[in-house]
Amino acid sequence: MFAPSHFTAVLLFALFASTVFGITMRDTPPKMLRYGAYCFVLFVGSAIVLSWLMYFIAR
Amino acid sequence: MAATQNNSASAGKSTNQGFVYLPLVVGWLVPGAGHFLLRKWGRGALLAISIFGMFVIGVAMQGKIYSHASDILEVLGLIGDLGNGLLYIVSRVAGLGADSVQVTTADWGSRFIVVAGLLNVIAAVDAHNLRTGRKPS
Repeated sequence: MFAPSHFTAVLLFALFASTVFGITMRDTPPKMLRYGAYCFVLFVGSAIVLSWLMYFIAR
Repeated sequence: MAATQNNSASAGKSTNQGFVYLPLVVGWLVPGAGHFLLRKWGRGALLAISIFGMFVIGVAMQGKIYSHASDILEVLGLIGDLGNGLLYIVSRVAGLGADSVQVTTADWGSRFIVVAGLLNVIAAVDAHNLRTGRKPS
C-alpha cells in the first residue's frame, strides 16, 4: 500500500491537476506552462495557508 | 474582410467533416487518446501520464472505487469514477481498489480516483474542442 504524507499527497494532486488544467485551459505551450505553474502554486499555497489557519484555530 | 470570412468559413467546414465526437469518446475511454487521434502527441502524453498516474496512485492508496450509490455523495463519487472510462471498467473487473475506506490514506485515494475521472472528462472535451476548431490548435 502506498501511504504518502499529507503534504506529499497535496504535491502529487497539485502536479497532476495543474498539468491537465494548463493543457486544457490555454491555447499555446508558453501560456499552458505559465497557467499550469500558476495553478500549482495556488493549489500548494492555499493548502499551506489553510493548514496554518487550522493550526491556529485549533489552539 | 470578406476574404477573411471566407477563409474562416472554409476552415470551420473542413474541421467539422467526419464524426466530430470521435476524439471525445476515444479521449473518455482512454486518457489522452483523443489528443493522440488529433496528432497532439505531447499534450496527449502529458494528459495520459497525469490522469493515469493519478488513478494508479489512488488505487495504490487503497482508494474506494464506487460500484453502487446509496446516497448523494456516493452518486457524485460514482459519476466522477465513471469519467475514467476503460480504467474504471478494467479496475472493476480486476477487483482493484478497496470495498470500504479503512484508513485516512484510502480516503485521499478515493478522491484521487474521482478527480482523475473528472480531469479525464475535461481532457476529452478539450480534444473535442480541438476537433471542431472551437479551440485553436
